[in-house]
Order: sequence, then C-alpha cells, then structure tokens
Amino acid sequence: MQNETLPEIGSTITIEKSTMNEILLRLKQNGFLTIGPRIENETLIYGAIENLEDLPRGYTTEQKPGYFRLFRDRHSRYFDIIPGAQSWKQFLFPSCVELFSLRRITNSWEFAPRAVETPKFAFIGVRACELAAIQIQDAIFMREDFTDPIYQARRAHTFIISVNCTHPADTCFCLSMECGPQVRQGFDLNISELDNVFALTIGSELGRKLMAGLSFDDASGYVLASVDQKIGNARRQMKRNLNTQDLPELILENLDHPYWNEIGKRCLSCTNCTQVCPTCFCWNVTDESSLDGKSTCRERVWDSCFNPDYSYQAGGNTRPTIYSRYRQWASHKLGTWKQQFGTLGCTGCGRCITWCPAEIDITEEINNLGNEVKR
Amino acid sequence: MTTTATPIQNDISNPGILLRPKWAEVTEITPEADGIATYWLRFINSSDQQEFHFNPGQFNMLYLPGFGEAAISISSDPQDHEKLGHTIRFVGNVTRAVSRLKVGDVVGLRGPFGSCWPMSELEGKDVFIACGGIGLPPLRPAIYKIMRNREKYGKVTLLYGARTSSDLMFPREYEVWRKAQIDVEVTVDRGDANWSGRVGVVPMWFYHFRIDPRKTAVLTCGPEIMIRFVIFEAMARRVPVESIYVSLERNMKCGQGSCGHCQMGPYFICREGPVFRFDELQSFFNVEEF
Repeated sequence: MQNETLPEIGSTITIEKSTMNEILLRLKQNGFLTIGPRIENETLIYGAIENLEDLPRGYTTEQKPGYFRLFRDRHSRYFDIIPGAQSWKQFLFPSCVELFSLRRITNSWEFAPRAVETPKFAFIGVRACELAAIQIQDAIFMREDFTDPIYQARRAHTFIISVNCTHPADTCFCLSMECGPQVRQGFDLNISELDNVFALTIGSELGRKLMAGLSFDDASGYVLASVDQKIGNARRQMKRNLNTQDLPELILENLDHPYWNEIGKRCLSCTNCTQVCPTCFCWNVTDESSLDGKSTCRERVWDSCFNPDYSYQAGGNTRPTIYSRYRQWASHKLGTWKQQFGTLGCTGCGRCITWCPAEIDITEEINNLGNEVKR
Repeated sequence: MTTTATPIQNDISNPGILLRPKWAEVTEITPEADGIATYWLRFINSSDQQEFHFNPGQFNMLYLPGFGEAAISISSDPQDHEKLGHTIRFVGNVTRAVSRLKVGDVVGLRGPFGSCWPMSELEGKDVFIACGGIGLPPLRPAIYKIMRNREKYGKVTLLYGARTSSDLMFPREYEVWRKAQIDVEVTVDRGDANWSGRVGVVPMWFYHFRIDPRKTAVLTCGPEIMIRFVIFEAMARRVPVESIYVSLERNMKCGQGSCGHCQMGPYFICREGPVFRFDELQSFFNVEEF
C-alpha cells in the first residue's frame, strides 16, 4: 500500500525486496555513492552498487583459520554473506591519501593548490560487528583534542544501511565482544532479511524521509518474531568464544608470560591481521618526490605494528622480535585500547583469524594465555 | 546508470590539513660535537614567530620536504621569542639531510607537542638532573627556566655524562650555570689526555651524591639503559616514584596521538609524554620490548 505518512524513527516496517532498488536510487539522487558487497574478480569486495542485482545474492563464504572460500549456496537472500578481507575502513580511512603537495621556489617551498573531492558514501549492508568497528574508529579519529580532517569530512556525510546477521561464519565471535549479531544503534536504516521481505528499522530522519511515498507496512508480530528467531539462531550458531572477563587485566598483568613467545614462534609478522582489521588505525606518512627534487607529495598510508620499521628509531628498534609485535597488537586491541578509548579494540568480526596465513586464532591464543596463567 | 557523487570542496587554505607545516629559516648553525649541531630557526611568517610558545621538555616535528619529519626536542630558552634551537644528532634519514642544511635554508615546523618538565611543581624542591649524551638538550630549557627563577628552587644539581670529553654538549655554558648556583658535575665514559675530570657512567656517579629523598625531584633523559639505572639508583636512595620524572623517545610520525607509532602501553608518548612521572610507567617500564 502507498503510504501517506512517514514511519517513525525507531519503528520497524516491512517492504517488498524490490523497494530497496527505489531506496538506492533515491540515495544516488541525493548525491550518495552507494557501496555494498559484490563479487568481483572471483572474490567478495565492497564496491559501487546500482541495485539489488549487484549484491552477492545466493552466495555464502566458508571461513576458517587461514581459509576463505566463496561459493553459491541454495538460498536466495541478498545479505547473507559474511564479509571478506575488505572492510568499510577503506572508505573512511583510505589506505593511501594525499595530504598536500609542495613545489620548490628558490630556497623555499610553496603549497600546490588542489581541490579535494570528498565523496558522500552510502554503505549498504553494514553488519553489526562492522558498525561497531566504525564507531570505534569514530572515537579514534574524532577526539575532543584532535580531529582527523580527512576522516571527519568523509564520516560526516556517510549514510548507513546496516543488516542484522543471521548466518555467522566459523570465525565469528561478535557475541563475545558484545558487538552483534544484532545491530543496536548508529544506523540510518537497518535491514532484517526474511525470505520474502525486508524488515526495515528506521534509525534517522534522513532514513525516514527516504520512505516518502514508498509502499510499506508496519511490521507484523509474525515478522518481528521471525527476525528475533533468526538472530537467536545466529547467536546459537556462533561457536567461537573469547573469554572477555577481566581481559585487559589478564593481558596487562601477564606481559612477561612465556606464552607470548609460543605465539611469536608461529607468527610471520606479515601484517595481514592489521590490514584486514576494521579497527586498526595506525598510519605512516611518506614523501613521493619528483626526480628533479622540485616537487614532493606528502601521502598518508596504512601502517602496521608488525612492520619492523614501525618502532624503528635512532636508539634502536623498540620491538625487534616478532613475539613482542604480536603482544603489542593483542595487548592493544584487548587491553590498553580500553584505557585509550573506553572500549576494547575488537568487534569479533574474525577477519584476523581467516586471513592469517599461519592460522593463528586470537580467541584461542588469548584463552590459552588465560589457562596458562591459571595453571 | 551512472553514479553521481556530489564532491565537497575542501578549502586549500584550511589549517585543518593534516601535518601541514609552517616554514622556518635556518638563521645560525652551532656545531656542538662530532655529528651534533644546534640549528637556530626563525619562522618566515612573523606572526607564527610571535604565537609560538613552548614549555621545557616539549618537541617539534621538523620537516624536510622530500625526506620526511623527525621529532626534535627544543633545546633553547623558552623566554627567547626571537629564535628556536634544535640540537640534532645526525643519525637517521631526516637528520642526515638536516646535516646538509645551510644558513638561509627553509624547513617545515609543527609543534610544540607533548608534555613538559613540571617546573612549577618543582618549586621549593631540590632538583637533581641526571642525563647523558643527547639527553641534555631537552633539559636545557628547564635549566634556563631554573636560572631565571633561581630563588624558587632549592639545591640544583646537574649530573651529565658523555662518551668522551669531545662528545660533551654545551661545555661553554657550564660556567654560566655554575655562577647561577647550579652544581654542574660532568663525567665521561672513557677518559683521554684532554680530560682530568670524572670518569664513569652517570648512574654510577649518581650513587655518590648525597640527596635528600624527601625533598628532591629527579629529572632524567638519555639512553634508555642509563635512564633505567638512574631510576634504579634513585629508588635505592628512597626517592619516591612520584618525584622521578623521565623523558622517553619513540618513533613518531604525527605528534597528535593519532598515527600510533609512539605507543607505550596506554600512552601515546607524543601526547601524554615525552615527559612522564615515573609512577605512570612503573607497571610496564621493565617489560622487555614493550
């Protein structure tokens, strides 16, 4: 039925799945770049999508430590795929971005004029763990004492359509981190996908206005119960668990524990976990200079605490061995992050487990550390 | 169908551009020791020069286009608003490029960043400064501050060590400092024909000074191994950890607690540091490679 009134913020409605195409069109008419999961070069990425047909409908991923496979399943749902290596981080905190360019003038330098284009993103299909990761990065890049202008310009205009997760992968542990599988807050629209319809929860004024004139119904008790049941199933399916009780204390009181050395023997220090992590925020800055020395471009790139250069300084390398780099990463994520930003730095998305070539599983390692300490 | 994203224009003059430096000219170069010199800088833009104020212990990010940035402590008098001194050892990619600078060349500056020596909290106390090598320049602004307000501080001792007598920083100033009632004690790791003073490392000599732990604050900066043993000796002398201040060094890229490189436990050394009261670090200071 065509609706005269708009749905209230916080209410849940049901729409025909095809209505989502109209919502995407309206977002684009409002100047948004619509981005969602899609299959490209035989893998799952986040890229520009035009309509529902661009989504990986019917696809599933199988994920295990050091293992990722994409395949067609028998289902017909659009948003039932657990993400791959990419996260939304690449759009708000680009892996390489120009800060400024300089030109040489006699014995000094001048800034080269330049126009910066900041796209307006609409993220389509953000899962609870990923939304939590965006909120964690908000706290890092938009602090009271320092705001990152690049991040803020991108984040300020980002429209988020999130999605409740109903089929977690083997590597998922968002339940342990209290970040999922259900989306709680911070979205403009939130999708719960049922076989025939989308249940859509309205999260913001812009999300509400997008529904003007579209046909929708108030979600029935049956629909709401079905959504709850699917989320409940997802919770029960999630087998991987990280014991977070007193977690910062466990790690910070056992920095000298020999178990860190055991992990260090297997870790390759390849940086994969930090590159796929949706909360890792470290960056480096480099100069790209012209060969004649008359101009240079200052660029910011992602860095990793696993890079040997990361802690290099004149007095020597702070963390020359691999065990100490792994300990830095894990003790930051699950320990000191809390002192810095008020939350842990992990949402349980499982990417670091899937993409570790040495099959190191942070949940297993930290649980092992806890057991070793108790012994 | 094509996707149309509306570009939002960022103003190029926006001071919010990340890592945008201000330009400063090298006005003078003072050789200090083999491979170390002080670069005196003055902002090109006079309002930048007037607006710049720093506290003893803070640092600047020095930028050489094409090479990159390095975190350098300010070593000059905080009351001198005409020029800024940066004492630099030529040891890395950026600082070796600094060594090729000439008077009149232009560099980028961002700062000042970080925490400072607690000059007002030290008032009324004895101050014991124990530093080594290139650890003296970050403490020199504190010495100037003490000299200008000498009556506010009790007994002030500077125990300074270098590898050899030719590695000593600012030797011409020791007499000036002594005249201001600062006890300047100098030691070298290895003596030679030109040296008739103390020989031995700083922590070893620290032990020989009679300090009153109830009213003495210890300030230390230098090689990490020296810092560890100075703290060890100070604690052995019953100096409370709340009276020990230390300045630390880490790889730094931003100075704003953002890039992550300088982290030590919960701290971004560029923001909460480089100067810490030792009790803030004590729980993990001795953890290897942390």
